[in-house]
Amino acid sequence: MSHNQYETVIILTPVLSEQQMKDAVTSYRELITGNGGVMVHEENWGLTKLAYPIQKKGTGFYHLFEYQADPGFVKQIELAFRRDERVLRYLTVSLNKHGVIYNDKRRRGEVSTPKPVETPAKPIEKKILAEIEEEGI
Amino acid sequence: MSKEVNFIFNQTPQVLQKKKYCRFKKHGIKYIDYKDKEFLLKFVNEQGKILPRRITGTSLKYQRKVTQAVKRARHLALMPFVADGLK
Repeated sequence: MSHNQYETVIILTPVLSEQQMKDAVTSYRELITGNGGVMVHEENWGLTKLAYPIQKKGTGFYHLFEYQADPGFVKQIELAFRRDERVLRYLTVSLNKHGVIYNDKRRRGEVSTPKPVETPAKPIEKKILAEIEEEGI
Repeated sequence: MSKEVNFIFNQTPQVLQKKKYCRFKKHGIKYIDYKDKEFLLKFVNEQGKILPRRITGTSLKYQRKVTQAVKRARHLALMPFVADGLK
């Protein structure tokens, strides 16, 4: 099998209504399954604030697809994203075995956020940070 | 002159308290998720710049992955390219 596991996140414009957003998602879901892809997982993050404006928009609908498909299919779906004005941004990532395991665990809520680890050697860290800031600005 | 050098050398052991370590190797984290912005914020300074290895202690192998993940998060507007007072 030449199928790889991919993960695609798209950001749709906030101009769309809830129904239009769902329609857009459905059309891409059909594109994936219609081309021999197997949907593994889907996530809708809803209307989320962007860290910086894209096309003068401060928010966007995030949607995540995780699927198995042929390597050639990625080109096809990315072309569709580029042609679609509703899509502000997209990112497709090929998952390696660690990524597949991680996403599996994430779905079961086992690794939602890795434990915060305090960085040791704090005094020197602060000192260097201060130095960098002086240089940086 | 030599007195000054001695003074500096005498100071360093007190400043360096603990040895840095790679948190990914220690906790066996194999995959760094670009969607987890809370986690990635630890590898970035207040301006949103990626911190160097000499500060975080990350090994080279995982520093490359951290960098990749931060850049992906930036592309998806999960993290800013430039920020002011991120922390």
